Amino acid sequence: MFPFSFEWVWDMGHMVFHGGLWYALSVIGMGMTFVVIKTIVDTLQGKGGGHHH
Amino acid sequence: MDSALIPEGVKRCSLPKFLLGLAVVGGVLAWGVYAMLLCWIKGLNQSNMNDYYGFALWIWADLAIIALGGGAFFSGLLKYIFGKDELKHIINYAVLIGFICYSSALLILAIDVGQPLRSWFIFWHANVHSMLTEVAFCLSAYFAVLTIEYIPLILENRQIDKVPFFHNLSHNMHGAMAVFAATGAFLSFFHQGSLGGVAGVLFGRPFAYREHILIWPYTFFLFTWSAAAYGPSFTLFITWLTEKITKKKLVKDNVVYLLAKISGWMILTYITAKTIDTLYWMNTTAPAQGFDWSFFYQNNPLYGKWILFTEIVLCGFVPGLILVMKPTRENPSLRVTAFGLGIIGVSLNRWVMVLQTMAVPVLSFDSWAMYMPSWQEVATTILPLAYGVILIMISYRYLPIFPQERELNPITSDEVEAAAVAGDASADEKLQPVEA
Repeated sequence: MFPFSFEWVWDMGHMVFHGGLWYALSVIGMGMTFVVIKTIVDTLQGKGGGHHH
Repeated sequence: MDSALIPEGVKRCSLPKFLLGLAVVGGVLAWGVYAMLLCWIKGLNQSNMNDYYGFALWIWADLAIIALGGGAFFSGLLKYIFGKDELKHIINYAVLIGFICYSSALLILAIDVGQPLRSWFIFWHANVHSMLTEVAFCLSAYFAVLTIEYIPLILENRQIDKVPFFHNLSHNMHGAMAVFAATGAFLSFFHQGSLGGVAGVLFGRPFAYREHILIWPYTFFLFTWSAAAYGPSFTLFITWLTEKITKKKLVKDNVVYLLAKISGWMILTYITAKTIDTLYWMNTTAPAQGFDWSFFYQNNPLYGKWILFTEIVLCGFVPGLILVMKPTRENPSLRVTAFGLGIIGVSLNRWVMVLQTMAVPVLSFDSWAMYMPSWQEVATTILPLAYGVILIMISYRYLPIFPQERELNPITSDEVEAAAVAGDASADEKLQPVEA
């Protein structure tokens, strides 16, 4: 649920519950975005190539 | 035939033998899937749930496997946040077990909700006054974290790793893993706790109700604590079982001792807190609601005082003490016994908090309501076990789950030759003799 949903109420329950969810999803999303972008850059720079790390 | 996919320097059984094993477990899986489809197509009348039992076998199974899967978040916390680097040798398996446990829990929930197509309602039309909403949020998000932790393992498959993009992706995901592990620990703390909180806030059920710290009943903290305590024991037990089945040593003793010791101290401190909570409930909380505690353990065919003794003493203090003391911890038989008792203990705790809570009469004219699950419920509860075994079989065969396996099980020149004679074309490539 987002603040623009008709059911949304600006009370502590909605802010804590959904704030926690968005916070966690944001960290996961930003983390994965960073990883994927870095991977694309690394691959374009010719890193990798099947060597074990 | 599939030797090109098997990690280098390790030995696996032949493909026909592997496929036969998969087929046997697959039969059990098919039975569970059939029951699952019955529940989805015909509805929840396939279960024996009724007005007394809105929560039943499925919710117990959910709570138990979520607690047992706690080894993933706690091992991750110990390795990435507290710097227990030795645990890197077992963290892959902890993640795999956690992934299986949490995906199983979500699968069972998908059956239990009756209309899985409306599962998204809990996110969009969330009831922010329910602890179960928090559980659903954290469970889903933590499953995403576990998936992220499992993906690098898949990418380390010998063939996939040859693709530069996947090699780099795996490497970079490992690099960022501390962030995901910390997020996973945060999410686990809250959903494990809220599962306990669900029982603790039931003021209409004096058997489950507990006093609070702010908005959180004591059961909130006890559930998180017990998952962190018994989860690593479950990881170690499955590791031991895998070693027995494969007839190989897969993890060095110092790693097992370390995790067993941490698990032991967590169990001992948890069970002490649980004992204090139980004594307080017996002497203060239950009497304040007009009940003598012994009322909850009599006049029924199953729930006697033995259950309290078994959970707290036999499956709590005993495994805790075994794992804390060095001589008993380093005795393989006693250590595995402690793991087994711990697994029974935490599962029993979840059973009591779900099933016994439902069984106790809450109205003066009521009597104990006992519960017998339908075969569909049993089959769908066994389904995740079969799924878990299959995923472990496939992962063990094709992925480098145990980093110490090569070192602990060196392939001899004779074995390389034997494999070559058997006609395995790529045996030389797969089996590389390790010099002692």
